Amino acid sequence: MQLTLEFGGGLELLCDSVKIHNVNVEPQAEGKKLTMKHLLSWVRTNLIKERPEMFMKGDTVRPGVLVLVNDCDWELSGQLETVLEEKDAVVFISTLHGG
Amino acid sequence: MASEVVDATAAKPRGGRFCTVCNDRRPALKRPKTLEQICKECFYAVFEDEIHRVIVDNHLFKPGERIAIGASGGKDSTVLAYVLSELNIRHGYGLDLFLLSIDEGITGYRDDSLETVKRNEIQYGLPLKVVSYKELYGWTMDEIVKLIGLKNNCTFCGVFRRQALDRGAALLKVDKLVTGHNADDIAETVLLNILRGDIARLSRCTSITTGEDGPIPRCKPFKYTYEKEIVMYAYFKRLDYFSTECIYSPNAYRGFAREFIKDLERIRPRAILDIIKSGEDFRISTSTKMPEQGNCERCGYISSQKWCKACVLLEGLNRGLPKLGIGRTRGLNNESNKDMKETNGTKGLQSKQCGTLDF
Repeated sequence: MQLTLEFGGGLELLCDSVKIHNVNVEPQAEGKKLTMKHLLSWVRTNLIKERPEMFMKGDTVRPGVLVLVNDCDWELSGQLETVLEEKDAVVFISTLHGG
Repeated sequence: MASEVVDATAAKPRGGRFCTVCNDRRPALKRPKTLEQICKECFYAVFEDEIHRVIVDNHLFKPGERIAIGASGGKDSTVLAYVLSELNIRHGYGLDLFLLSIDEGITGYRDDSLETVKRNEIQYGLPLKVVSYKELYGWTMDEIVKLIGLKNNCTFCGVFRRQALDRGAALLKVDKLVTGHNADDIAETVLLNILRGDIARLSRCTSITTGEDGPIPRCKPFKYTYEKEIVMYAYFKRLDYFSTECIYSPNAYRGFAREFIKDLERIRPRAILDIIKSGEDFRISTSTKMPEQGNCERCGYISSQKWCKACVLLEGLNRGLPKLGIGRTRGLNNESNKDMKETNGTKGLQSKQCGTLDF
């Protein structure tokens, strides 16, 4: 499944300072839907190069990291349970850097 | 009903509900303050209007005043500069707005963020003044770090920055200085001041305006504005801001209080406003002995000691004794130990302009 992932607010520093990543992520199992929960662990394994604790805490994003799916706050779409579809755009922004 | 029609034609039904304000468009975010689900357009309107209400209700400005916006190039000050210039025009505040930036002299960090502020100068049409540590103190942070290493460097930077903003504001001949401190920052400061038992700062830190008896009062129009909304606003509006951590303090944002506030927010977003309210409601017993505010005998800056902290630190640097004013038992001022201890204990927070205790 083709997805566009964007890292901002300083999170890009954790993935080689690249802000936008066009990626191909498959659901955990055949016939299953791709959820944010799975995407997060995929990102952590495949994109985050350093200090993963800046991005995640437990199985979700670290408090203070905002997540938008297709420009919509993931708190409106079920957070970890949000189901992703082909060509979705997911944005991660840290609020923890500088004023 | 009408909503079903829109629902069927929406490009991508997610969340399946409508903006609680206009009941017409799809919501784009959940407001931490109210838990309302609102669309981008209504969000811009309520976000700007709440700041306008805070400005009006607290009489932050008078027509004709010259106002400096402390601008670091980061999210808070960038959004503040954008929103203030919008509101100034929309509501006819009659303010002369300026951007005031401090160049600490940190290669690869401040030079880059200053580029952002220079773009903001053009984007928002606000005149920019940059004052540097080098011109004010004779030292850049790069030079200070070379001398003292990566321990306590944030103490120097924090102390110097506070004065630098005041001195820059004086050069601009402004009536007031506004900073981008947001609700999260203030809640964090309340907690830290309680944890340290710093009664003097606790009683000041929730004031929306401080230093009214001094030459240049400071105010915080974002006192009730959530960091989440500031970042969402900047993101949706594609505002140009800089977000790299300071190279001399890579873990600055890992402050314990900050993390705790963010954890609380996740459980109950109102907690941030509640902590601010608690801070406001603290009443300090009239018999409590508070430090007396005087002036530094050397530079005249406001100080509760013989010499202000910047002068003590500077004296140490110039005499080749950079630890002067840092340790618990050394220093020119007999009573400065308590203060020193605080700054040492929070050096991780000091580098973040809005996370310091310098209210």
